[in-house]
Amino acid sequence: MVRSRRRITATERNEYLLFLLLVGPNLLLFGVFTYWPLFYNGYLSFVRWDMLAPIKIWVGLDNYRYLFTSPEFGTILWNTVVFTVSAVLLTCGIGLLMALLLNQPLRGRVAVRGIVFSPVMLSGAAIGIVWIYIFDPRYGLLDFFIRGVGLRSPNWLLDTSWAMTAVIIVHVWKTLGYAVVIYLAGLQAIPRELYEAALVDGAGTWARFRHVTLPGLSPVTFFLVITTVLAAFQSFDIIKVMTDGGPVNATTTLIYYLYEEGFVGFNAGRAGVAAVVLFLAMFVFTLVQMRYSERSVHYA
Amino acid sequence: MAQVDFVDELTPGPAVTQAPVQTSWVGHRQSWLSLALGYLGLAACVALIGLPLYWMVIGAFKTTAEVYRMPPTWLPATPTWTNFVKAWESAPFGRYYINTLIVTLFGSGFEIFFAITSAYAFVFLRFPKREWLFLLLLAALMVPNQVTILPNYLTIARLGWINTYQGIVVPGASVAYGTFLLRQYYKTLPLDILDAARVDGAGHLRVLWSIVLPLARPAIISFGLLSVVAKWNDFLWPLIVTNTKDMRVLSIGIYWLMVEEGTIDWGVVMAGTLFVVLPVALIFLYAQRYIVEGIAAGAVKG
Repeated sequence: MVRSRRRITATERNEYLLFLLLVGPNLLLFGVFTYWPLFYNGYLSFVRWDMLAPIKIWVGLDNYRYLFTSPEFGTILWNTVVFTVSAVLLTCGIGLLMALLLNQPLRGRVAVRGIVFSPVMLSGAAIGIVWIYIFDPRYGLLDFFIRGVGLRSPNWLLDTSWAMTAVIIVHVWKTLGYAVVIYLAGLQAIPRELYEAALVDGAGTWARFRHVTLPGLSPVTFFLVITTVLAAFQSFDIIKVMTDGGPVNATTTLIYYLYEEGFVGFNAGRAGVAAVVLFLAMFVFTLVQMRYSERSVHYA
Repeated sequence: MAQVDFVDELTPGPAVTQAPVQTSWVGHRQSWLSLALGYLGLAACVALIGLPLYWMVIGAFKTTAEVYRMPPTWLPATPTWTNFVKAWESAPFGRYYINTLIVTLFGSGFEIFFAITSAYAFVFLRFPKREWLFLLLLAALMVPNQVTILPNYLTIARLGWINTYQGIVVPGASVAYGTFLLRQYYKTLPLDILDAARVDGAGHLRVLWSIVLPLARPAIISFGLLSVVAKWNDFLWPLIVTNTKDMRVLSIGIYWLMVEEGTIDWGVVMAGTLFVVLPVALIFLYAQRYIVEGIAAGAVKG
């Protein structure tokens, strides 16, 4: 009896050691490079430090006070909201339309799916560069079409009132295929019997879309909204390549500001505040979404 | 499993038998009008997404004079390879390729390895605080890499890892998403086979290597490809952690090529972007099915 009990504890100990071996390195790296930075960002947001000098000066809430009263930071928060909301609405809206279309039994749709999805795979830096060429107001492809309908193309990337639109267009163009894939998977997950039942009940096309397709898609829509918001919050390469946050901060979002303060201006305190705000925004957003989803998501 | 239907449909070949679910907004019968609208829609999709890609490829073959010609030409009048030669000569693209390959292989290698082993531990091993530790891992999904760049840069600098491969690779080596994905997949594996192996005296590592790994191959390939593509395209972290030309990766290299050549010669810059994009495009053409499956698997769960 005693012997067998001892053997069980030995196996347990072995399993525990094996666990440490298998999961330990992964968790350790998360500790050092994900969780520790969260706390350290918090600390940095309370100091003044130019990252070149060895001295950090504790300034309490000064960095927060400075940023939240500066009009520049207001612009940056507004830019982030505009970029994120437009990106999410356009990506999900156009993505749904494309998915409905590509779910139809049409010849060649498999090839079209491949084309629609391919930008998702490609380097954001490379995509941004291609679009600078397309946006060029003198010999760009877009200008050619705009002239075709009798208008003049704005100087997209150098015009404060158009640069954000240009960056949003490219971001949506690149992420659209992702939404299409998610929505196609969602459409295929809707049980076919629901459509047959609706047909028997005499439901028309719109009624079927409204009462079967849309509710059936609500779980994937929920998933998609979260992932596209996170993607928009984190969008960096396209903005860096296309506009460098300009002209005059017109395309500076929170993540771009964090990069610029930290690695161009060497201002650890302000970059720390930006990181804290970025993290809190994502955290609060996720919590609200989870609350909301409990009431509104229909699991088909 | 919904995502399996989806993937079957995407796979070209005679195996496609699954009829698609009809959600037509025009009518359940295909009238000529709905068909016409459908094909018009397909054409619009191709134009919207395909045209910029086509423009990149075609631009790389145009002479400098032709790039600036208005109205633009839809096919290069005199196709030329000189842009590729010029791009290759104006930046050390050979070195960029080697750097990107090393960073991608090690970065994804670690991620795939950690995902395989961590998921195994969370599904098949019993240990105290298992669920709690899993939550800790999942919570990391909510922390974007971008939020951590400043402290991580300081850590890497303190380690003396600026301008090194380990500096680029190690901070991104841990994996939460892949662990979650593979854990879901491992849970669907037939337990009888695993139990039988254990009864026959196989240890955990043996079971992992010779039973779980082969059975989970599709999921591992899906996640692996997504990881490879993400590492290949990564921009922000390599930009921060490297500052010498010889340590640049392709995405950074093409950015600097554009900064230096951009307003001078678009043909050369388009050729350079093709250097960055082509390997991934080839992977995508070859393994589209697995990549799409990996992405869809995260969205539709039971």
